[in-house]
Amino acid sequence: MKKKLTTVEFHGTKEQEEKLLAVIAKHEGEKGAMMPILQEAQEIYGYLPIEVQKIIAAKTGVSVEEIFGVASFYSQFKLNPDGKYAISVCLGTACYVKGSGDVLDEISKQLNVPIGSTSADGKYSVEATRCLGACGLAPVMTVNGEVYGKLEKKDVKDILAKYV
Amino acid sequence: MDMIKVIINGKEYSVEKGSTVLEAAKQANIDIPTLCYLKDINEIGACRLCLVEVAEMRGPALGPWRMVTSCVYPCTDGMQIKTNTPKIIASRKMNLELLLSNHDQKCLSCVRSTNCELQTLCREYGVDQSRFAGEKTHYAIDDKSPIIRDNNKCVLCRRCVATCAKVQGIGVIGANNRGFDTYIGSQFEARLADTSCINCGQCIVSCPVGALYERDDTDKVFAAIADPDKHVVICTAPSVRAQIGECFGYEPGTDAEGKMVTALKALGFDGVYDMNLTADLTIVEEATELIGRIQNKGVLPMITSCSPGWIKFCEHYFPEFTENLSTCKSPQQMFGAVVKTYYAQKMGWDPKDICMVSAIPCTAKKFEVGRPDQSAAGVPDVDYAITTREVGRMIQKAGIDFKNLPDTAFDDPFDIGSGAGAIFGATGGVMEAALRYAAEIILGKKLEKLEFPEVRGTEGIKTASYKLGDLTVNVAVASSTGKARELLNKVKNGELDVQFIEIMACPGGCVNGGGQPIQPAKVRMSKDLRAIRAAVLYKDDAESELRKSQDNLAVQKLYDEFFGKPNSHKAHEVLHTSYIKRGLY
Repeated sequence: MKKKLTTVEFHGTKEQEEKLLAVIAKHEGEKGAMMPILQEAQEIYGYLPIEVQKIIAAKTGVSVEEIFGVASFYSQFKLNPDGKYAISVCLGTACYVKGSGDVLDEISKQLNVPIGSTSADGKYSVEATRCLGACGLAPVMTVNGEVYGKLEKKDVKDILAKYV
Repeated sequence: MDMIKVIINGKEYSVEKGSTVLEAAKQANIDIPTLCYLKDINEIGACRLCLVEVAEMRGPALGPWRMVTSCVYPCTDGMQIKTNTPKIIASRKMNLELLLSNHDQKCLSCVRSTNCELQTLCREYGVDQSRFAGEKTHYAIDDKSPIIRDNNKCVLCRRCVATCAKVQGIGVIGANNRGFDTYIGSQFEARLADTSCINCGQCIVSCPVGALYERDDTDKVFAAIADPDKHVVICTAPSVRAQIGECFGYEPGTDAEGKMVTALKALGFDGVYDMNLTADLTIVEEATELIGRIQNKGVLPMITSCSPGWIKFCEHYFPEFTENLSTCKSPQQMFGAVVKTYYAQKMGWDPKDICMVSAIPCTAKKFEVGRPDQSAAGVPDVDYAITTREVGRMIQKAGIDFKNLPDTAFDDPFDIGSGAGAIFGATGGVMEAALRYAAEIILGKKLEKLEFPEVRGTEGIKTASYKLGDLTVNVAVASSTGKARELLNKVKNGELDVQFIEIMACPGGCVNGGGQPIQPAKVRMSKDLRAIRAAVLYKDDAESELRKSQDNLAVQKLYDEFFGKPNSHKAHEVLHTSYIKRGLY
């Protein structure tokens, strides 16, 4: 699926930027350093917004578009930050055949947050994940690590009511 | 040179060691179909259309037959190559069908119809619809910049991406996302107009299909011509005459000046003028500025300002060099400024009633016409800048039989251009033209030898040193912004001490501009268009009786009647401009 751009405002700190600059300096002159730099940048910020990619571009001389091309290609890189409430719905085979796709759509609809993105206020992020290893409870979702199983579409409203 | 033997379709050939199978086949006069391949720029084996069957020597015996991508597969000694087996044809056909399965196939009105590499291959292979009909991606057309992208026609060959990054050193476009969602675009879905794109249009001339094209202004020009209250005049840049013939099936390197002028008159322009004249005017202004900077210890090196792609590149990527740019407007803008001030005054016209059209080899000039500080008469100096391709389309649309036209000359009073003005269209040409002027002024006598061969040729960076009396002038010439970046970094690091630099944004200069007729990859594989097209201009110059800008009587008249002298106050008001430190977006 095409990666969604974030609508969440950037709140990077001076401290985070210093860490990032140190990471870039550490990899200076190294061939193929973009992947490790992006990985470490994501560890610092939790995601890779345009502001962060622009810093990396300015310091490495690689164009922002080339960096964006890499960041949007690999599923390990996130363009949206985790929300205050990070909601993940399992789309592994067992959950999917038991209807987790409908559950995910329902969550996205109720929160008005497109799948794969974060609400502009940073409160909710909604994403699909691969198998969580709880197939016995299919379909499964997690909110900040809290697991909910044997879900149906009608359960969504009550679960979301706990996170306001 | 080490040679090896290969057997292509049963016949033996001797080819240079290190040649790819594609190159070897070319020597055997076989064009293997390609789509993503662009010589020296994009050799990535992605489109899979250049598949051939090869068998290589394994010790004394021939190994098994395998299918390989010929554009990246090197020949080995004794290799057997088959380029047209039923198996190959079937696989090429399937690859075309797969490409068409996610392509809008709107060929009827496509700007590249009949000059599209995908369409040509589909015709050759008899492919008109796909067995693999399924989901298609739909993209909004990005038309906010002079360069328009329609990804519904894109085949993801990445020729534009490689050209932008590797040739031009810019990299504002690339492949984003993955798999079926892959598309060519800019960072964070930005429109091209909102990036640090310089509008050079080299992506357009690299594109095998109709996914990239320039904003078409021809309808606006037709409308202006039809308006009885408008004085609609057109001036043609030096290199348009050298390439316009290609729109009508002439070989690259055909000079079609006379037919072009006749055709433009037939289109109904009230005046058809030669931009070589303001190329000469540019030289007089620019070389005077250079001499002034050298004598008065102004900002050096001075860098030419004729190429609007280069100007925007400088503003984005080297803002610290904007003071080094000559303040002279480009010949296109000077022409508009002269017509809307001097000529309007002379004819008693209101500048608002003049529609100034320029025919140019360039897409960046479409951006230039809208720049600030380019309106000497209070209205934009130039109303529409149309590319060589658009001029060709206008002539075709109007039903003018170009090939059978007689030759005519440009209209009075802007009909005189020197040989120095003509060579403006090739890399090194502006430098040579400026040297012909500056040398005479500095030495105070006529030059005996007018050629400056050191600055000629298609080399990306050229340097030379000239001794003019007591003064030594070091010069450098770069074409393509990738090479400009290299050169400017050297100047910045103090590795190169020069006083005057010429930069053209397109590789080879305007003759190879982003607005020129598009030649397919197979032509670009065997012909150096930069040299072939430039030769037209150097021939013009060599055959011209008038070879120095300062000897152009029309230019002298402009100074006598209007500007006074070069770099006068009036000249500064009308013929000079200013720049913006943009930085990176």
